[in-house]
Amino acid sequence: MEIVSEKTFDYFIKGEKNKWEVIIGLEVHAQVLSKSKLFSSSSTKFGAEPNTQVSLVDSAFPGMLPVINQFCIEQSVKTGLGLKAKINLYSVFDRKNYFYADLPQGYQISQYKYPIVGEGEVTLDMPYGTKKIGIERLHLEQDAGKSIHDLDPENSLIDLNRSGVALMEIVSKPDLRSPNEVNVYVKKLRSIMRYLGTCDGNMQEGSLRADVNVSVRKVGEKQFGTRCEIKNVNSIKFMQMAIEHEAKRQVELLENNKRIDQETRLFDTKNNTTRSMRSKEDAHDYRYFPDPDLLPLRLEQSLINKLKKQLPELPDEKKERFIKEYNLSAYEANILVSEKEISDYYEEVVKKSDKKLALNWLTGDLFAVLNKKNLSISQSPISANNLSLLINMIVSGKISGRIAKEVFELMQENNENPEKIVETKGLLQQSDPKKLEKIIINVISNNKDKVEQYKSGKEKLFGFFVGQVMKLSEGKANPQLVNEILKNKLKSNV
Amino acid sequence: MSEIIKLTLNELVAGIKKKKFSSHEVTKDFVNRCIKSKKLNSFITDNFDNALKISKKFEIKSNQNKQLPGIPFAVKDLFCTKGIKTTAGSKILNNFIPTYESTVTQNIWNEGAILLGKLNCDEFAMGSSNETSFFGNVENPVGKKLVPGGSSGGSASALAANLTPATIGTDTGGSIRQPASFTGTVGLKPTYGRCSRWGIVAFASSLDQAGPMTKTVEDCALLLQAISGYDPNDSTSIDIRVDNFSSNLTEKVKGLTIGIPKEYRVENMPVEIDKLWKKGMDFLKDAGVIIKDISLPHTKYALPAYYIVAPAEASSNLARYDGVKYGHRSEGKNLIEMYENTRSEGFGDEVKRRILIGTYVLSSGYYDAYYLKAQKVRQLIKQDFDNSFNSVDAILTPSTPNSSFKMGEKKGDPVSMYLNDIFTVPVNLAGLPAISVPSGYDKKKLPLGLQLIGKPFDEQTILNLSLALQKRINFKRNVNNWWK
Repeated sequence: MEIVSEKTFDYFIKGEKNKWEVIIGLEVHAQVLSKSKLFSSSSTKFGAEPNTQVSLVDSAFPGMLPVINQFCIEQSVKTGLGLKAKINLYSVFDRKNYFYADLPQGYQISQYKYPIVGEGEVTLDMPYGTKKIGIERLHLEQDAGKSIHDLDPENSLIDLNRSGVALMEIVSKPDLRSPNEVNVYVKKLRSIMRYLGTCDGNMQEGSLRADVNVSVRKVGEKQFGTRCEIKNVNSIKFMQMAIEHEAKRQVELLENNKRIDQETRLFDTKNNTTRSMRSKEDAHDYRYFPDPDLLPLRLEQSLINKLKKQLPELPDEKKERFIKEYNLSAYEANILVSEKEISDYYEEVVKKSDKKLALNWLTGDLFAVLNKKNLSISQSPISANNLSLLINMIVSGKISGRIAKEVFELMQENNENPEKIVETKGLLQQSDPKKLEKIIINVISNNKDKVEQYKSGKEKLFGFFVGQVMKLSEGKANPQLVNEILKNKLKSNV
Repeated sequence: MSEIIKLTLNELVAGIKKKKFSSHEVTKDFVNRCIKSKKLNSFITDNFDNALKISKKFEIKSNQNKQLPGIPFAVKDLFCTKGIKTTAGSKILNNFIPTYESTVTQNIWNEGAILLGKLNCDEFAMGSSNETSFFGNVENPVGKKLVPGGSSGGSASALAANLTPATIGTDTGGSIRQPASFTGTVGLKPTYGRCSRWGIVAFASSLDQAGPMTKTVEDCALLLQAISGYDPNDSTSIDIRVDNFSSNLTEKVKGLTIGIPKEYRVENMPVEIDKLWKKGMDFLKDAGVIIKDISLPHTKYALPAYYIVAPAEASSNLARYDGVKYGHRSEGKNLIEMYENTRSEGFGDEVKRRILIGTYVLSSGYYDAYYLKAQKVRQLIKQDFDNSFNSVDAILTPSTPNSSFKMGEKKGDPVSMYLNDIFTVPVNLAGLPAISVPSGYDKKKLPLGLQLIGKPFDEQTILNLSLALQKRINFKRNVNNWWK
């Protein structure tokens, strides 16, 4: 079995007998960025000592009642607007009943029949064009606590700090067709929520996780196959691996005339496979019913209008603007708007300097540094202002591109001002023709044999002379001037 | 001063304010009475020593403006009380001491009352005879081996036996009004949302409501005043003005119209109850009230709907008692076994029955046929009342289809037990206020009550009508201290 990737379309699985298309739907659980929990005033701060951010409500003491956190409601409405989705003025909180040690109430408060956000869409930029992924719904729910099974040989430990934290479950339509589309989709979703400030999208801290639904069908078939749900995958890489393995597993079964059972599976990151967690028959009966402790949620259209007005420029709009305003390609604009902080940085740089050079330095050199040091753009060792100063010195001819690289290296220490570096290190470009002539004459007289060879037709040696000049000038010589003068000198020195 | 215990709440408040007697003297008398009345088993947990201590330090000067200054006061053990064991009548909470105080009890202490103890009740308020309590049956002071009703059986018993000057219960399907009827006391279930549910061990959240249980209608008005009010911690409590029920209380009810629903004339109802009902109508007519026949056509579906909605909510509300965080925990080889053992040992039969029913009616494939249908029925019942209230100010019915019965008589027959709530349950489903007023005796010399049902948040009208009834009925509670 091999995977065929086509530039025009994308991704198929080629089995022994047929070519298969992979159908993927995602349920993304995104933690709402808020100071306090969905139904209590406990803090949501990550990394606190276990069980220190737990109220009587979060730990389900007798007689405790949930009170909705208005801010979380606004955050999910904003997210809905960012997904170009229908905001439901009427929604209902339901109880999802099941027993587990880290679920203190014995039920999770969620939204079942009437979610706060209805259908929307997310646009993906794929190499083969833009693709719209449908959003089925977004609903609010509370997170469970955390069970820790590997700290004590005898007991499981429970940390309820996370219990009651607000989650948005964003359910996509089964519109995704490849692991790469999933990659782009999750990143886009995360980017939108970060722009909105509604979810920090931090996957290491569990702020973004997904249940992945996978099915396969023969290319050309219209009917969906039986799907399996892979639960709680917490990185994009694992999502992609899980999909690939699950799809292959399904193809193998189908090509051997076996049935696929609708079931919930787990991705085993150690063995790189998925395994069955529970079958449809064993599926929980969650006995959803409207939570009688909470009245149905009724939103005023005026609130939605207010939030709409407060929406920041989102990635898609920003991308269009960047293409127009800065004359960028769609590809370049996409890179810049993927993270709000990157686009902010770029706009800061181009305020004072050349657009094209800004793009190259940012996405080339600076990204390389950030990657190497594992930093985000907001932690960049070089400020946007200093980068623009550097670019301006290149444009004005004060330093050469080569020197600029050197200065860039030095700037990384303490975000130093590039003009100062050039001044103190004496790196200003040598553009005085007389001084350059002196050096060139020096090089010519010291390499008479090479000059002879050059003249007899070995023109490749020109580069050697340039190199020598640069060496003697400690790299500061203006390369254009050097070329000019050197050519003349070599000609005249007959 | 042995007569102190027989005084009404209003008389005690006035007496303490006028320094006829002190809070400490009152508390001492009630504590003594309680100690001598242990046979009734009204209390689960007493707070006598504490109450005596607090009452000794009680200063009338600084508390002159309070509504319940220095009044010793016992409450149903469904209200969480800070630092005092709160069991809900269940083994599963046998060792549970809350670190917080329910809003309603806090309101009472804020008015100057002093906690006397926690009163027995049916386990998680599930029962109509107080026979499901893990802490044993409660005797009805009215007669030996008679049930006090339920689920606020301990409250009714303690009140009727003069162990507390007044008390509070909770009413999910009649748990205040039925025991009030069985013990010859006044019990009022306020409009749903009138009192906070915060800190009350939940049975069925959409039906539960705390309410006063008192000796007189005047006391009822006073206590209702103290416990009512919006609570931001309870999303279902309603932000509506609380009028002064006591100062607005009047027996002048002339011109009001009372509805008599024909559907409440149930089969096999004792003749005395029908007679009592007629007597009630006559008394109200005498007070200038217009009597009008009305129809509440969906009444017969109320009980079945109730026994779907209430267990459904209960099955979910009681999921938190799993032995993990607090309360009783049994050993088990693994988590599931620990759950099974804890809940098997911790819950009694009636609670288990309702959890099973509730789980069943919410199950996939049954939800639409049971729970959803019941919710629709509930809407229809509410509509019946809404329609009636277009032409009447309140509705008069019997409180219960029978008087108190012998312990054990209905224990093996849950359906006959459930039928006890037939007149009270529709009120909870519709979220309305209703009061049970002692109105007479049946041929076994057992007390019976009449129920007045009011419009939402119009507790005042049913209180006024009750006062008019009380004045005319001149009910005498017949408690002969048989247990002493």
